[in-house]
Order: sequence, then structure tokens, then C-alpha cells
Amino acid sequence: MGTEITKVWDSLKRDTQERLNKVKHLVKEGKVVAAEDTVALLEGVIKPGDKVNLEGNNQKQADFLAECLCKVDSNKVHDLHMVQSVLALKSHLDVFEKGIAKKLDYSFSGPQAGRLAEFVRDGKLELGAIHTYLELFGRYYADLIPRVALVVGFEADKEGNLYTGFNTEDTPVIVEATKFKQGIVIAQVNKIVDKVPRVDIPGDWVDFVIESPKPFYIEPLFTRDPALITDTQVLMAMMAIKGIYGEYEVQSMNHGIGFFTAAIELLLPTYGEELGLKGKTCSYFCLNPHPTLIPAIEKGWVKSIHCFGGELGMEEYVKARSDIFFVGPDGSLRSNRAYCQAAGHYAMDMFIGGTLQIDKYGNSSTATANRIAGFGGAPNMGCDAKGRRHSSEAWLKCGEEYGIQGDLVGKMPRGKKLVVQMQETFKEKLEPAFVEELDAEQLQKNAGLDLPPVMIYSDDLTHIITEEGIAYIHKCADMKEKMAAIRAVAGYTKIGLQADEQETKVLRQKGIVKTPADLEIDITRANRSLLAAKNIKELVEWSGGLYSPPAKFRNW
Amino acid sequence: MALKELNFEFKAATPKTIKKEWAHLGVVGSGDMEVLLEKRRLNGAVKVKVVTPVTGFEKVWELVLAKVVKDNNLGDVYMEINDNNATPIVASMRLRQALAEASKPEREVEENA
Repeated sequence: MGTEITKVWDSLKRDTQERLNKVKHLVKEGKVVAAEDTVALLEGVIKPGDKVNLEGNNQKQADFLAECLCKVDSNKVHDLHMVQSVLALKSHLDVFEKGIAKKLDYSFSGPQAGRLAEFVRDGKLELGAIHTYLELFGRYYADLIPRVALVVGFEADKEGNLYTGFNTEDTPVIVEATKFKQGIVIAQVNKIVDKVPRVDIPGDWVDFVIESPKPFYIEPLFTRDPALITDTQVLMAMMAIKGIYGEYEVQSMNHGIGFFTAAIELLLPTYGEELGLKGKTCSYFCLNPHPTLIPAIEKGWVKSIHCFGGELGMEEYVKARSDIFFVGPDGSLRSNRAYCQAAGHYAMDMFIGGTLQIDKYGNSSTATANRIAGFGGAPNMGCDAKGRRHSSEAWLKCGEEYGIQGDLVGKMPRGKKLVVQMQETFKEKLEPAFVEELDAEQLQKNAGLDLPPVMIYSDDLTHIITEEGIAYIHKCADMKEKMAAIRAVAGYTKIGLQADEQETKVLRQKGIVKTPADLEIDITRANRSLLAAKNIKELVEWSGGLYSPPAKFRNW
Repeated sequence: MALKELNFEFKAATPKTIKKEWAHLGVVGSGDMEVLLEKRRLNGAVKVKVVTPVTGFEKVWELVLAKVVKDNNLGDVYMEINDNNATPIVASMRLRQALAEASKPEREVEENA
């Protein structure tokens, strides 16, 4: 064996200590650093080429730290590899413009999606990959471990204990990955207090806390005003409830954030109850505290809800319903995106939501030709969890119906998750929602991506609901039959017009396609009067005054 | 916005007319479209007048209407549609709703009212 090598096994720890020593003078008391010293702090602890996590998702944002990162001297700090859940704020891209950051691995981008596509095309940003949340969190514990994490909470004490409360969201998964691999954790909080209401992140996992000049930015992303739900959405919600919720008696599910699922939530206490489905479906959810779910909760439909994050205005309602929500000893909600995504992937029998485009094979995406939006958690919710080993009636029934089950596992019984996409055949401006080729394929070419960003692949999708009816595409024996079933519900789009009348008739006889008439739905009842609440004010009334909607939703 | 008038005529294989003398559904001003159905002797045919601000969807209107007439074996009906930018989806749903309404027996409707 010969030559002896002197190995150093704690180089990360030593490096971290060196960095911390450099900024010792900025610490006032305990772990507190003044807001005005934040840029100097970042210049002191971040080295060129570091992997840096900037906390933020589609809800809360470490916006002050993001702005400060844009102000560091790019001669001192450059070539950073940003690893973060979302790209939502202007500052998230400004760090690339200023030459501070170079590479990005992320999950979701909303408002900045168009600008991101430009940056990638112009070579201002090297895009690693677009992930699902769980996938990205997984990589925080493998090859994308943050060296420095910039996180956000409501309150901190001087020892660094953090209260993240209602909007705990991604903080635990980021801090654990960073701190336990000897990294540095910096938190911005709205207020430094003597004692936090509860400890969400222990102080010895946090290196610095900063009281930001103003409270962190947060978006009420999951509030849908019932006043904007259309009659067509009511019709499709009726189909969903009768043809899927009732048909499979689905007990656990994730609802997307669109108006379709808002309509379903508001029909449970009326149409759902009329069908006698209370207790048979919708007992367990993983979703944010959607205000439109209040009437169903109040009527006793729901047993439990775990949340990815909070929702503005729902604080007091959640606090008063601790049998339903996960609430801490202090009385406020504890959300946790990583656990909720895990539940969504493994513990839910159904994912139901909307999309923008579905191709003729049944692949769907919300990507458009010039926006790199990403999908957040939808692909984890909206896929069959192949590692699942527990059973339920809905999961088994869907598996029994699976048309190619025999080709995959022979006679072995196996369940299948219900993955449902609701989509009107035409979107606003009369754009067809069923297409030959997804815009995602154009985006792949425009932005030079490795593969087209597909939200839900055809082999995971089980049901498509349009105003024409439901296609139970998992029942199909092969792709040829599946494409015919998709055509049958694609309405007057180019894809739909190719439907063959005789073929559709056979699919209806087989129960692969069901129209509202096949489902015995009285179409004249499909109007807004069926909604349990018709506007935000009625949601407040249902909540007994506990729901306090953000100003932009108050129109009375 | 300039309004455009489209006229169509269809004939089903075994036409039968609606139960009620006429039916009306929807509001054009605040809503997406209104439909007026009227029983009229047209030798088994269905005549439709569509008034719409949307151009380029003549073919879709024809397909939507032809399907409704065929699926319901409709005859001796005059239909007037005032469209306020309805998608073909809404048009098709409103027509189906109007027909379901027009096919209900008069008495039942009165009781509901």
C-alpha cells in the first residue's frame, strides 16, 4: 500500500469557521446582525462558486436577502450556483444580470418565466435543470447541498431560534441540508423578539438573524373568488363529482389551485350532498388552506388537511379548526412543503387540477413557447407513485380498470393513482386546449433545453374532463384507443373534429367516454346557483367571520 | 365592434319539434350569450340566426349547431342566438341547456317557477 496520505476530514467545518471569523465584528448581540450590515455579511461569508439557496416559493419570499445579494461586490462574490425552489422576484434574475450568479437549479417560476427564457437564450444564465419540489429537495441532500442558505421567518430571538409559523413551507428542508453539511444559515425575520411563540427551527442551526426593514413579501396564491366561477366550470365540477369522486369513492386527494377545483369544493355541500357522497369521498386532503373549502369543512365533509404553506387571511379560521389542520401548541398552523409533497405523492389516491395544453397522446403542459415556468409540485402529485405499497378502494379500482395492466405485471393485482386533468376545449381568446404538439416542444428548441417540459405524461394521466364529457383514458387497451378517447372529448378543436362518430359510440358503450347525459347529469342545473358560496363575502359568512380576506378580495 | 349575422339551416333524419312554444336562456349583456327557441312550421327544418362579434368561427358555429340538431333530432324550430364572445364550448352548453329547458313539460316548469 506504500505512501501514506494525510487526510483532512473536516475541511468544510474549518472553512466555515474561517468565514464566520471574518464577520464576527458585524454581530451585535447573540446572532443578530443589523439590516444595514447585511451586504457586508454576505460578502464575508459567501465565496465565489458557492452553491447558495435563496428561500422563496410560490408564497413567502426572503425578499430582503435577495435584494442584498444583488448589492454585493461582484469582484468579491461571483459565479454562484443558485439552488432554489422558485424564481419569482425580479431580484432573483438580477443577480445573474450583475454577474454575481452564474448557474441555476430550480423548480418553479411564475412572473419571471419570460425573462428567464431570455436569459437562458442570451447565455446570461446557465440552466442546470427544472425539478419538481421533492426532486430538488432530494438533491439538497446529494449533489446540490447549499453552502449558504438565505431563509425567511416571522420572528427570531437573539439566539437564532426561528418562528416560521403559518408559513413554515420550505425552511426546515433547506436549513437541515445546509447546516448539517457544515453550511451557513442566515435568516431574515419581520421582528426580533425576546421569546418566539414556538421554535420551528432551533437556534443552533442558524448562524445569523436580521430584522428586515419591512415584512417579507407573501402572495395569496390560493384564493379563488367564487364570483368568477363560470357555468361551464360548474358543469365540469358536477361531472367530476359524479363520474370520479362518487364513482371511485376517492377519500384522499390533492386539489390544484384553479377555478375547476374551486368549483368542486363549492359543490360538495350542495350537489355532493344531494348525491349522498358525504363521508364517502373527500375526507383527507393535502393542500393549502383554500378559502373555497370552508363550506365543505363547515358541513363536516373533511377529516384532515395538511398544508404546503399558509394562505393569507386563513390564520384565525385554521387556528379555530385544529381538529382539521396541523396546528402547533401556540395555536398557529405548521405548514411544511416537503412533508406535504411526500403525502401528496404517496398518501393521496388522486390528483386533480387544470393545465393549459393536452396533446393528442394525452401529455400535458403549462409551458408556453417563450416562458420557462416549471411545475413546482404538480408532477409529484400528478403521477402514479410506483413505490406505493398500501392499498385503498379507489386505488385498487383504478388499477383493475387499467387497460394495459396485464402487459405490465401479468395477473398480479396492482392499484393506480387517479390523475385527473380538467380542461375546457378552448381557452380564453379561443385558443384550442387540445393540440397536435405541445408548445413545450417549441420552448425546448427556443431555450435549448434537454427535453420539452411536460407537466404530466400520458402514462400517468387517468382521466380527462372537458365540457363534452370524461375520458377514462387509463381504461384504453393501447395508444390508438387512447387517442380516440381524447378526440371524443376534445370538442370543436382540430383534434376533436377528427373524432369518428362510430368510434366514439363504441367508446361510450365501453364506458371509456361518458358524456353528461351518460352520467345522468341534468345539464340545465349547471349554473352558479349551485355553488355553496357565490362570492368572497359568503365565504366569510360560512367561516363565522374567522376568514379575513386580503384587501384585494374585499369588494363589498 | 361590428356585429356579423350568420344564417344556417339544418334537417335531422327524423325530426321532432320541442314541447314548449318557446324558450329563452341566458343574457347577452352581462353574460356570454342568449338563445331564443321558437316552435315554427319549417317542414321539419331548423333555421338558425347567429349574431356575433367574433369573426372566423363560421365553420365552428355550423358544426356546433349541426351536432345539436342531429343529436336531438330537432325539427320545426327557429333559433336565434345573440353571442357575446362565447367560446364554442359555452355556445354548445347553452344550446343543450336551452333544449333541455324547452323539452320539459309545461306543467313541471310552472311548478318549479
